[in-house]
Amino acid sequence: MAFESITANKIRSFLTMLGIIIGVIALVVLVSLVSSASDSVTEQVATLGTDMLTAMVLDDKGYPLKLDDLERLSQHPSVGQIAPLTQMVVNAKHGYTEEKSTLYGTLPSYGEIHHWKLKQGRFLRTSDVDNSAYVCVLSIEAWEKFFGQSDPLGEKINLGGRDFTVVGVLEEDTSLMSAMTTSVKIYAPYTVLTRMSAMRDGISNFIVTPNNPKSMDEAEETLHSFLMRRLKNDENAFFVFNQSNLMEVVGTVTDMLSYLLGGIAAISLLVGGIGIMNIMLVSVTERTREIGIRKAIGATKSGILFQFLIEALVVSLMGCAIGILLSFGLLQIATLIAKGLITFNLSLQIVMIAVAFAIAIGVLFGLYPAYKAADKHPIEALRYEG
Amino acid sequence: MIEFRDVSKIYHVGGQEVRALDEASLAIREGEFVSIVGPSGSGKTTMMNIIGCLDVADSGEYILDGLSIDRYSDRELAHIRNDKIGFVFQNFNLLSRLTAEANVELPLIYQRITMGERKKLVTEALERVDLIYRRKHKPFELSGGQQQRVAIARALVTKPSLLLADEPTGNLDSKTGAEIIELFHELHKAGNTIVLITHNPDVAKTADRMVHILDGKVYEEAIS
Repeated sequence: MAFESITANKIRSFLTMLGIIIGVIALVVLVSLVSSASDSVTEQVATLGTDMLTAMVLDDKGYPLKLDDLERLSQHPSVGQIAPLTQMVVNAKHGYTEEKSTLYGTLPSYGEIHHWKLKQGRFLRTSDVDNSAYVCVLSIEAWEKFFGQSDPLGEKINLGGRDFTVVGVLEEDTSLMSAMTTSVKIYAPYTVLTRMSAMRDGISNFIVTPNNPKSMDEAEETLHSFLMRRLKNDENAFFVFNQSNLMEVVGTVTDMLSYLLGGIAAISLLVGGIGIMNIMLVSVTERTREIGIRKAIGATKSGILFQFLIEALVVSLMGCAIGILLSFGLLQIATLIAKGLITFNLSLQIVMIAVAFAIAIGVLFGLYPAYKAADKHPIEALRYEG
Repeated sequence: MIEFRDVSKIYHVGGQEVRALDEASLAIREGEFVSIVGPSGSGKTTMMNIIGCLDVADSGEYILDGLSIDRYSDRELAHIRNDKIGFVFQNFNLLSRLTAEANVELPLIYQRITMGERKKLVTEALERVDLIYRRKHKPFELSGGQQQRVAIARALVTKPSLLLADEPTGNLDSKTGAEIIELFHELHKAGNTIVLITHNPDVAKTADRMVHILDGKVYEEAIS
């Protein structure tokens, strides 16, 4: 019966639904966009390694940090691996190909910390570092740039005037970090870089992992007190950055964004609900005679109440269903536009919230018109000339 | 079957007291065909509303099928109307969006009868008024006489104790009106109790018994 009265006035029913449709789309699409984007960012941040600390030394107080210092720090039970990272931009040359590249100097542990996989050959070894061997590992971009598809292992590449032997090629790095830096990356032993740059400043940048995920806080404390001791208790001389803090910040920001956008969308749903109430009131007046007839032939008050309440609910839920379908389509389109960078999924949770909202709105805004309908006196309702 | 005992109904219109029914008494037996006649403003509509359980008396007692109607709640009155009364209105009062059979089915839905049983009863009622071939049509696709016959089918479908018709021929031409009155007579012969409210003496005269109402009082006149 509810469907008959809704289909009897298609345009009006559709316009009434439109408020709910738009509200549901706003709610579902906005919240899904934020949560998908946030999932994607969180995932990217996680690939940077949430289980690591990044330390930067800003002022070494005239006592540069050496590998020996890091060696001593790594003896601490809470600390797992340590890898310094230094970088320089060099002119890289192989055959006729010449390109400015970033040469990173580090230890074998750097690759382990990042769980890097090799496409060919091997990563740096401790012996490479100890012997300051002129060997290097290429990123996949560097390999393609200088060697095309040919086997580079054992080949020489000239970096900043020195010949390096290529010992390995990394698998493609899909992390956020690599997306942010577009340069061609090449990795060499830390000791080689210090020699090449005649660097006497020591280590300014290194990463530390905890011995196990649970000792993160302890490792951070150890690192902090180590740097404090080493840098004359000057808090401002160094900076320790915890990736999991970043995750928390990202989480907090996106949660707030979800609540904010969800709240705005909920307001538009509420406006849609008022639209339903408005039309229901008009409809109750127009159908006064129908109500009279129904009452004369035996409809009770609650019968009429439920009839109109169900009509409001059907309008609201149909709007909700259409809104969810359109949202699904819009998110698919958004995914296409994002070109695989982010997959926008319809979050089941928000769909359930939208349905719950639609039911609440249908009941809330349908109740008053339905009550008005049910309360009509049969004689007056029968006499009504509409 | 129907008994009015000193029934009064008073309306207040613009500060004035209007006695629509003034200690009216009346008895209608089962199987009777009674017409209630009177000019407009005589109180016959009020009487119909009370007989049809759409309204209750201010004083006096109205007994329908042994039930004293004054004591019931709105909800119970709705059930009594559903079970015992079949209304036929001057302007048919069919639901325009529904087909003939859906209109006839409506009172049965309120009785919570199963779908199979409803189909059977609806078919019976529509056959009774010779409109089974129009059952899928909506009211605007039917002539006035056909609409009134659908309305009669709707009134009959619950097998009520009483058929209550308010000016059933008022919106029809005389030929169609006569056909409808003929249908009422057939229903009467089949054992239905019928109360016909009209201001048309020619229609009223065809009943077994004629009840006149004037200024809220009942005057009876037997038809030979």
